[in-house]
Amino acid sequence: MGMDMNTKLRDFHQARWDEPIIYELSRKGERGILVPEADQVMQSHDEGLGDIPEGLHRKEPPNLPEMGQMRVLKHYLRLSQENLGADLNIDIGQGTCTMKYSPKINDQLAANPKVSELHPCQPEETAQGLLKMMYETEQYLKAISGMDRFSLHPGGGSHAIFTIASIVRAWVDSRGESDKRDEIITTIFSHPSNAAASKLKGFKIITIYPGPDGRPDIEALKAAVSERTAALFITNPEDIGIYNSRIKEFTDIVHSVGGLCSYDQANLNGILGLTRAREAGFDLCFYNLHKTFSSPHGCGGPGGGVVGVTEELAKFLPVPLVSFDEGSGRYFLDYDVPCTIGKVKDFYGVIPVILRAYAWIRSLGDEGLKEVARVALLNNNYVFKEILKIKGASAPYAEGELRMEQVRYSWEKLTKDTGVTTTDIQNRMFDFGVHYWTSHEPWIVPEPFTIEPTESYSKDELDEFLAILRHVANEAYTNPEIVKTAPHRSVIHHIDHDYLDDPKKWAITWRAYKKKYTGYFEPKERKDG
Amino acid sequence: MVSTAKKIGLIINPIAGMGGAVGLKGTDGKDTLEKALSLGASPRAPERAREALDMFFRCGTEAFFYTCPQDMGENVLKEYTKEYELVFPHFKEKASSRQDTLRAAKRMEELGVELILFAGGDGTARDICEAVGLRVPVLGIPAGVKIHSAVFAVTPKKAGELAARFLDGKVRNLKESEVMDIDEEAYRKGEVKARLFGYLLVPWERSKVQCRKSGSMMTERVVQQAIAEEVVSTMDEGVLYLLGPGTTVKAIADRLGIEKSLLGVDAVLDGMSLGRDLAEKDILKLLDEYPKVKTVVSPIGGQGYILGRGNLQLSPRVIRNVGKENIIIVATPQKIASLHGAPLLVDTGDSSLDMALVGVYPVITGYREKIFYRVEA
Repeated sequence: MGMDMNTKLRDFHQARWDEPIIYELSRKGERGILVPEADQVMQSHDEGLGDIPEGLHRKEPPNLPEMGQMRVLKHYLRLSQENLGADLNIDIGQGTCTMKYSPKINDQLAANPKVSELHPCQPEETAQGLLKMMYETEQYLKAISGMDRFSLHPGGGSHAIFTIASIVRAWVDSRGESDKRDEIITTIFSHPSNAAASKLKGFKIITIYPGPDGRPDIEALKAAVSERTAALFITNPEDIGIYNSRIKEFTDIVHSVGGLCSYDQANLNGILGLTRAREAGFDLCFYNLHKTFSSPHGCGGPGGGVVGVTEELAKFLPVPLVSFDEGSGRYFLDYDVPCTIGKVKDFYGVIPVILRAYAWIRSLGDEGLKEVARVALLNNNYVFKEILKIKGASAPYAEGELRMEQVRYSWEKLTKDTGVTTTDIQNRMFDFGVHYWTSHEPWIVPEPFTIEPTESYSKDELDEFLAILRHVANEAYTNPEIVKTAPHRSVIHHIDHDYLDDPKKWAITWRAYKKKYTGYFEPKERKDG
Repeated sequence: MVSTAKKIGLIINPIAGMGGAVGLKGTDGKDTLEKALSLGASPRAPERAREALDMFFRCGTEAFFYTCPQDMGENVLKEYTKEYELVFPHFKEKASSRQDTLRAAKRMEELGVELILFAGGDGTARDICEAVGLRVPVLGIPAGVKIHSAVFAVTPKKAGELAARFLDGKVRNLKESEVMDIDEEAYRKGEVKARLFGYLLVPWERSKVQCRKSGSMMTERVVQQAIAEEVVSTMDEGVLYLLGPGTTVKAIADRLGIEKSLLGVDAVLDGMSLGRDLAEKDILKLLDEYPKVKTVVSPIGGQGYILGRGNLQLSPRVIRNVGKENIIIVATPQKIASLHGAPLLVDTGDSSLDMALVGVYPVITGYREKIFYRVEA
């Protein structure tokens, strides 16, 4: 018998393997692959080690785990069983990340040897198919955004923002305004990388907070702009899921003082094919291919953050672009970009990610892309309406208005009523095989959680997620102890957050771990983490 | 006494929170307590302390307690442990009073406790602040009607857990946290005017202390130093700076290498202190002398008042003299986040001035970082 179809609650239990770190499993001399000895001729040949100066020779082999294949396989399968992922759970709780279904056929295309065996340095004329794919992807992106030129290079959203900040820096410098235009304006509900990347490029940061309706305070923007304004870096809809229909006024205000406007469209899912950056008055924009355009993502990569600009700014884009020569009928890598910011990534972008996006766009077509946004909006507003019925839940700002593709909710009332916090609920959700994300910090919305259903999920699955949420919220009122002490049926019972707060306790590598934990530094303490 | 046991003080204000249930908004003042009792109020603090101690002892921390007799600690504590001593044998009067809280806290400091755990409200926090200042870490179990101070854990259970983790050395961060209290007389008449009374040193950890739910990787102190760097880098020569109260403004004085009164208004000119803890008349005198003046203020307490709570010395006359455009507001992003979208506020006592001060202001939130934020009256 499977789950109770009436309650939609599973009798779930996650695997718990108590799996050691791979280095702890290492046994000296154990091997996964027995590499044949090089023959005499090779050993004596000057190619190979012979060419490497003596000083660069390793004195000792690298400290790698030594394990047989079967044990390696088991190790990683066990770890995967201790995880949740987009193909395993109802992943609508990872709001702002757009965890939609990524069709497996696109993975197969990306894994095809025709793609995977291409070498980035092989002559252009032998890679015409790939260049054509990149060129056409750019044409689709131009149509979707209204921009004039795209760079496919950046490997992710923050990388795209960094590229944009670099373009704004180059633009300011090219006008001889380096000492004058030194401020970039962003909003508190735009991704924090907008502020971070701008700061890295030497700009001062001004942040706008929302007014009572949840939209960025336009009066604050008016007060903030001046001849010092280099650019506005803004998201719309912001993470809280409210569409700012006055966005054109925002870009007009910034343009009126001579600044540029950059549109953070990492997540385009709510307005894909429905509104365009161009008409909203933006000079630059970017899309995360691994969000809206259905490349699988998580844990830092691989991703793609494509950057679009107007004609005026195209001369600053990273090199090379992919262009088409009508005379010869050939595609080529175009280094003729007069004021280029240079390279932001090796070679030409993350090809498998671009290819998946290309296939996804082509399989859906014009009307299909619009349908993605429409269904994402419909799914979200269904979930929105149902969550607002749950005791203790609310959606701050813009009461009575519909939301776009996601919503930032609050358990403020539930916490006041019961003492159960959003983190407690988050932990309890694991006991039913799902999870949710809270919010970027600092928490402007108290006790937040952010849900983004995307277009991929059926009503059945949305209902299952809602049933779990409803059940746990109800437990907070009737049996708070079970929520506060959760998770009970997950891999780890309790994670000590002190470790996250204290850099002295971080161990990113095995070497750091050994140094910090098996030497002088509180060796007992790791077990509960 | 076990040698490895850490020393901890426990003070329970047995009458804290009694006014709340009967609608009296606090129990400061003897008459009010009698009224509360006559209305059928029952003690709340012992139960709250029990919740905290339940959790504390569940954590298995070895601790030796110093506490007060009867309902100020011993009655509850003896349910859990025999490892304790009393800091004094009897109350000063028939029942416990404020004087007992003061001398208990002082005695605990002398005994070298690592933490004073107390159950009470803002009034109790004020008393302990008066007794030990910033010399001993203190943590509040929320039990009073008024909880405006940032020295209380979110819940009694979290207080017990945080106290145990602090004694075990698992939590090492200490934060100078505001002790706020409202004028209870005014509060009973419907006016909420929380004022800054001082600071206590409070252990904090993500999600366990009230108002610290928005903790970030950067500690508050680092952010305050960044703000100070920004303010100092834009300070003009020949301009008199009036530095208001609070730890964020104090960081500016620290950066300048001058002493700053934590609760007072100090004057600085070209990096030199011209006076500390100034009264309104001192400030007005300085204003006569120096025509160019700016004042640096930061929101005090959880409600976001930049004028009219902890800094009455910056009176309507002073503010009119300084001018709206010369008010520099500084605040950590965490402080702004804790307002949850509510505006900053002014309440100078002069409503026409308050209205004139309404508007959108730049607020310095870090090094080369500011926000534009609404100020309302």
